[in-house]
Amino acid sequence: MANSAEVDKSIYYVPDSGWYPVFLAFGLMLMVTGLAGWLNDVSAGGTGDATQSTVGFAIVALVLYFWFAKVVEENTAGLNNESLKRSYVWGMGWFIFSEVMFFAAFFGALFYVRAFVVPWLGGEGDKGITNYLWPTFEAAWPVVQNPDPELFVNPVQSMAAPGVTDVSAWGAYLPFYNTVILLSSSVTVHFAHDAIKAQNRNKLIGWLGLTVLLGAIFLVLQVAEYVHAYNDLGLTLGSGIYGSTFFILTGFHGFHVTLGTFMLLIQLFRALKGHFSENDCFGFEASSWYWHFVDVVWVGLFIFVYVV
Amino acid sequence: MIKKGVGVLDNTEQQILAPRTKVERHSSMKNQLCRMKHRLWRMTVALASLLLTGVAAADELNLRVGVTDISRQVYDLHMIIFLICVAIGVLVFGVLFWSVFNHRKSRGAEAATFHDSTKLELAWTIVPTLILIVMAVPATQVLVAMYDTGGEDMSIEVRGYQWKWQYKYLDEDYNNTLSFFSVMSTPREEIYNQSVKGENYLLDVDEHLRIPTNRKVRFLITAEDVIHAWWVPDFGIKRDAVPGMLNELWTIVEEPGIYRGQCTELCGKDHGFMPIVVEVLPEAEFDAWYASQVSSELVRQESIGEAMTHEELMAQGDTVYGTYCASCHMANGEGVAPVFPAIAGSAVAMGPRDDHLKLVIDGVPGTAMQAFGRQLDPAQLAAVVHYQRHAFGNNAGDMSQPQDVINLSNGQ
Amino acid sequence: MSEVIHADHHDDHAHGPAKGLKRWLFTTNHKDIGTLYLWFSFAMFLVGGVLALVIRAELFQPGLQFVQPEFFNQMTTNHGLIMVFGAIMPAFVGLANWLIPMQVGAPDMALPRMNNLSFWILPFAFGMMISTLFMEGGGPNFGWTFYAPLSTTYAPPSVTYFIFAVHLMGASSIMGSINIIATILNMRAPGMTLMKMPMFVWTWLITAYLLIAVMPVLAGAVTMMLFDIHFDTSFFNAAGGGDPVMFQHIFWFFGHPEVYIMILPAFGIVSHIIPAFARKRLFGYTSMVYAVASIAFLSFIVWAHHMFTVGMPLAGQLFFMYSTMLIAVPTGVKVFNWIATMWRGSMTFETPMLFAIAFVVLFTMGGFSGLMLAITPVDYQYHDTYFVVAHFHYVLVPGALFSIIAAVYFWFPKWTGKMYDETLGKIHFWLSFVGVNVTFFPQHFSGLAGMPRRIPDYPLQFADFNMISSVGAFIFGLSQVFFLYVIIKAIRSGQPAADRSWEGAKGLEWTLPSPAPYHSFTHPPAVKDEEVLG
Ligand code: HEA
Ligand code: HEA
Ligand code: HEC
Ligand code: CUA
Ligand SMILES: [Cu+2]
Repeated sequence: MANSAEVDKSIYYVPDSGWYPVFLAFGLMLMVTGLAGWLNDVSAGGTGDATQSTVGFAIVALVLYFWFAKVVEENTAGLNNESLKRSYVWGMGWFIFSEVMFFAAFFGALFYVRAFVVPWLGGEGDKGITNYLWPTFEAAWPVVQNPDPELFVNPVQSMAAPGVTDVSAWGAYLPFYNTVILLSSSVTVHFAHDAIKAQNRNKLIGWLGLTVLLGAIFLVLQVAEYVHAYNDLGLTLGSGIYGSTFFILTGFHGFHVTLGTFMLLIQLFRALKGHFSENDCFGFEASSWYWHFVDVVWVGLFIFVYVV
Repeated sequence: MIKKGVGVLDNTEQQILAPRTKVERHSSMKNQLCRMKHRLWRMTVALASLLLTGVAAADELNLRVGVTDISRQVYDLHMIIFLICVAIGVLVFGVLFWSVFNHRKSRGAEAATFHDSTKLELAWTIVPTLILIVMAVPATQVLVAMYDTGGEDMSIEVRGYQWKWQYKYLDEDYNNTLSFFSVMSTPREEIYNQSVKGENYLLDVDEHLRIPTNRKVRFLITAEDVIHAWWVPDFGIKRDAVPGMLNELWTIVEEPGIYRGQCTELCGKDHGFMPIVVEVLPEAEFDAWYASQVSSELVRQESIGEAMTHEELMAQGDTVYGTYCASCHMANGEGVAPVFPAIAGSAVAMGPRDDHLKLVIDGVPGTAMQAFGRQLDPAQLAAVVHYQRHAFGNNAGDMSQPQDVINLSNGQ
Repeated sequence: MSEVIHADHHDDHAHGPAKGLKRWLFTTNHKDIGTLYLWFSFAMFLVGGVLALVIRAELFQPGLQFVQPEFFNQMTTNHGLIMVFGAIMPAFVGLANWLIPMQVGAPDMALPRMNNLSFWILPFAFGMMISTLFMEGGGPNFGWTFYAPLSTTYAPPSVTYFIFAVHLMGASSIMGSINIIATILNMRAPGMTLMKMPMFVWTWLITAYLLIAVMPVLAGAVTMMLFDIHFDTSFFNAAGGGDPVMFQHIFWFFGHPEVYIMILPAFGIVSHIIPAFARKRLFGYTSMVYAVASIAFLSFIVWAHHMFTVGMPLAGQLFFMYSTMLIAVPTGVKVFNWIATMWRGSMTFETPMLFAIAFVVLFTMGGFSGLMLAITPVDYQYHDTYFVVAHFHYVLVPGALFSIIAAVYFWFPKWTGKMYDETLGKIHFWLSFVGVNVTFFPQHFSGLAGMPRRIPDYPLQFADFNMISSVGAFIFGLSQVFFLYVIIKAIRSGQPAADRSWEGAKGLEWTLPSPAPYHSFTHPPAVKDEEVLG
């Protein structure tokens, strides 16, 4: 029976038991209960106390730092074998799939509203009779006239893209720039990967740095866009289904860009410290896959939220 | 289809209940245990006989046949599907148990070694598929028949509220000609076991929805607050009442009678206490009733502005409060913290009268507090506000008159 | 192994578990984590069961006796949530942890530290959720399906905690599933091709895929709720151009696959137990695999059968009716294959086999009522009545739950090296079998007679059936306490078990000693067809 007490390390690396997971779970719980308390208080008109959620977040951040540092350390010490690396690849791949499904929920909501709900409320389609309840509502997308403008204040204007031929308007259209920026950042991160394969550290640092920079610019522009929406267009989370879908999709995308940028930044620091070799750069690769995923989501967003 | 057991009166009783007197059943606590035993025994017998004689025969254990063409089609479909399932079950479980009894080690059975058979596996893929197709054909037919909307003789808007129903009779242009609320009328004492449970326990309302026989009645179903569902089993129709959205439903009832149903979508605290009662009247009788309602409604509208005394206000206020407010603010005015605030000692009920009136007329948007200005008439509104200001230990010491309500409403 | 890194740690994993509380808090071992999951789920089962007993006690007679309607709704809601997310799902994950590495010939799970995280999130998440019951305004009271706007605009403040608890549970499930997939795809012993994988492993592979596909959608749904509640959005509010029914579409896109998540691993378990006690190889392995895959595929396109009454266009109704009916075909294949496995076998009827046979029969009955529900025009009459309650308890209790109990009896000797008391096991089975049917069979009748679900009080004509059902619930509940006794007794004083604890048991796990060593296969075993295929 091929079963001795020792696990064959070349095939399988069993990590030590450790305190990270339990503390991470605890930190998460602190963070979200704190957040829930805070939200409830603010919604009830209070000022909210964010201490607990901040502490929770700090615990989460710290644990993640130690945890990842440990994994990197184990890897540089040569403990990780081929099998574990494959597991990491599978893990990251399925994680990204789960993120795809998370966005699918919001895209699904957008499509459902546009294809069914808004026409029905406006008197079109199979359940057009619903218009009986909203006699003044007319179906149009973007919805700038809500069924009940007293509860959901109409936005002054939507974020929809200008007509295809309206070149001058495109010149002033932020999302267009954002698309260009994000698409090019996918290219630059790819060059960075090539640089690892070519064992050219300077190039790696250059391309990766540029990617991070592009990510940061995207975020700045996104914030500018939100400010514009709130201040100039009267487009807010509370301005009906258009604002709801717009902000939840772009908002969660922006949140993912933030995460992605942060991940790439960490890889940049690692690159500066001399990590990564042409056949061992999983941390970088995982971050770059994530980056490509965020990019693809944006393309979908740009098409369905802004243009079509 | 056989109209077995379809009665002229209340089907709920006729079909579901074996004859017995409920009044007697609940008369004394002492006999409770004995009755329970009796009931258990009767159920055991019923179950056993059911299993022995085949389920189809046992009427009180089955779906209701109902009183519309659709409900009978549904019943037939139900029986077809059910019997097919029983047949498959008998076959499948028969083989299983035969094997269990005969292929056991203790009987010396030796295990065979086969473990595959493409032919067999194909067979038990294809045969069930065919059976399903057989089931799908009538199912599709009945469904299509149900979707045969249009051509109605009259329309009624059905609106679900926490926890009551509102019915509005509409004319061709969807104008409201007559509307009223329908609230459960089973007394609290019965629910809390302080008095004998009546015949239609939990299934009685103050105002029946009345419709005529043999006319196609179309229901436009919606809700004010959360999702409810409007269901009359004997008509074979059920549809969700979704706030802000409209659903359509229709029926043609042949038999006059009183038909009862319940809200069937969880809608909060008193979901179990918002029954539906439809009274189907012969056509002429319905027309007469309808005409008299519309005209008496006009008369009532005219007398509405008249002033009332403190006693009159308190008396009417008590009734209105019990019907419309007590489900949330509770009969004792204590509410259910923190969701439903107390009226006793409430800053609003002790504060300026007009603010109180306005709050009740307009409700609090985005909460369960409804805009009662759209549900109650000025007299009722004045009465209930006056009542709230002078009951549960509140003592505002002012008067609220119907005219005040009218003035406030016009002032907006 | 690098001395530098590990100088400050004692090298616990090679020699066996650490001692004391630290073992359980910090463990990365699949068996420890599996044990944690199983005990946790059993605890949740008792909690959820006690809530069910509150429901049944209130429904014992008409009238309000013990609880107020508001509290009753919280009981119903939390009973459903705790049973689904706290009892059944973690139990299957626990079994996966224990069994998959052993069945594929691996030493442990692919990502052990994340494995620990997946587990430890759960107690915190359920702590949060259960604590809401004690908050001002009460806990979730909107049903386990939490339809908007009852769960948004009209919900008690504690709903915010509930939302975050669901986020955490989702994260736990996703990580657990990623781990399981990585283990299955990456860590099989050489020679174990996909089509030689044990059925339990197959069903879990597909289940994990379902979980990763739908848990994020649930997360999206609760996130939209959160925004509707706190940030003024109008996803589920027609006044702003949204639609409450949209919530249901998103929920059931998650919810329907979710119910198959609770039954596919059960299919896997039964596919091990029946061959073992029939002493005959599983019939139609290949078609079993394809059937599970088809069920998983279909589960994505049938969700609206829970919403036949919301008022969908006719074409939609027809589509969802047909696709739902189709699920009977692959499920039928499985049932027939199990029976063909028993056919001309040499059967004995130890406790796991009894539970497995009861599973086949009673699950099939639940399947039949499911098929009836799928028939749209008739579902109008069944929907939201106790007929539905009867349906899903038949597939969940003598379905999912029985399979879990069967699995515990079946693999218990492998886990502990000890045998449970067969007589006690059989008593447990018969009590459960009678209890479950007395509880849930009459609910078919009260449903057909027209009793709505989720009501604390009911019209008089439903009294008889409810009384029987309540009696059954207490019988069934007590028999599960008896189960606890049987297990504890076996752990303490069970007879030693053989390595191959059952005469007909096949699979790599049975080639290991009983109890199985801490790191199951330290070296990849040889995969022999007659072992893995049975
Ligand atoms: C383990 C969980 C589980 C499983 C496996 C199933 C299996 C099935 N379910 Fe069920 N279901 C639930 C859990 C489950 N369900 C839950 C929890 C709810 C309620 C949720 C809520 O509202 O709270 C629900 C509700 C539910 C509804 C909504 C009812 C309503 O609210 O109105 C419907 C409607 O179509 C349905 C259908 C089915 C079908 C067709 C199957 C099929 O998979 C069954 C297939 C099996 C068989 C048919 C038997 C074996 C087959 C044969 C022997 C072959 C030959 C047979 C024929 C050709 C008929 N289910
Ligand atoms: C997933 C699995 C699952 C399981 C295993 C069960 C198990 C049981 N369920 Fe439940 N049930 C659901 C899932 C499940 N249920 C769901 C999803 C709903 C829908 C919720 C909704 O509408 O939103 C539901 C709803 C539901 C209802 C309908 C409520 C309503 O509509 O208002 C009823 C009513 O009878 C019921 C009963 C029971 C009973 C008696 C059991 C029994 O099998 C339970 C047996 C176990 C025990 C009784 C525990 C034993 C413990 C003790 C006896 C004491 C121990 C002591 C201490 C811990 C101190 N369930
Ligand atoms: C379906 C539930 C429901 C019903 C029925 C209901 N209310 Fe209310 N009521 C509420 C809620 C919820 C609030 C709290 C609103 C808020 O958040 O400000 C409220 C608040 C009030 C207040 C203000 C109390 C305070 O101190 O803030 C008054 C007065 C009031 N209701 C009167 C009435 C009257 C009169 C009726 C019947 C004609 C009635 N309510 C019926 C749910 C209800
Ligand atoms: Cu209204 Cu349930
Ligand atoms: Cu389903």
